[in-house]
Amino acid sequence: MKIREVIRVLDAVVLTGEENLDMDINSACGADLMSDVMAYVKENVVLLTGLVNLQVVRTAEMMDIKVIVFVRGKNPEEKIVDLAREMGMTILTTKHPMFIACGKLYSAGVTGRGVWD
Amino acid sequence: MKEGIISKEYVIPANDFAVAGEASSNVKKILIQLGVEPQAIKKTAVSMYEAEMNVVIHAGGGRAFVEIDEEKILIKIKDDGPGIPDIDLAMQEGYSTASDEIREKGFGAGMGLPNIKKYSDIFNITSQIGKGTLLEITVFFKVKEFIKI
Repeated sequence: MKIREVIRVLDAVVLTGEENLDMDINSACGADLMSDVMAYVKENVVLLTGLVNLQVVRTAEMMDIKVIVFVRGKNPEEKIVDLAREMGMTILTTKHPMFIACGKLYSAGVTGRGVWD
Repeated sequence: MKEGIISKEYVIPANDFAVAGEASSNVKKILIQLGVEPQAIKKTAVSMYEAEMNVVIHAGGGRAFVEIDEEKILIKIKDDGPGIPDIDLAMQEGYSTASDEIREKGFGAGMGLPNIKKYSDIFNITSQIGKGTLLEITVFFKVKEFIKI
């Protein structure tokens, strides 16, 4: 699924990284624990999280994650968006809570294959 | 890759979540510039980042010493923190002594040391109570095949 489709499915707003909208994502991971993200995530995932701090972007950087979705309408501080921009990532924010956001993506065909071993 | 050894030293600040991860980020950029394969870069980045976070969270800061040659990267992370009383216990997934404040920041799930072990090719940990902890992380690069003429 392309990132522009993720935006449509989640009614999301793009905060940075418009240049990646035609990038494909294979699966998604919903997590607030960054160590879990680092333990299990595979390639080309979109990370959905309710955690809003710089370490979300750092974790995504280490895992080569290019898309982060902040759920529950959370708006990250400017320095978080700035760091993501520097890393060439796309940051989205959606009003949907984690469960609904994950459910919408799953229903739209992002079934998470490839995230877990 | 260029010949020789690249040596770097980083100061890891205490309790500063804003700059935590900068050393790992810097090392990742160096490996990308050197043309190391992506899998080895990810293994290095994740293991060093988890170690860096551990030092920020538990040890009041420390230092990272990095050596890169053609075959591998060796990362030594040293702190003067309280030390780990039971390393076997600390290596268990889910065991953590982190505070609620740290957990609210997305860490302290007891996955740090297990993740470092998982992603490194050689992992050594030594710790002395009251003196500190030393982690040695090695990740090997795939040696490129010689072009046959």
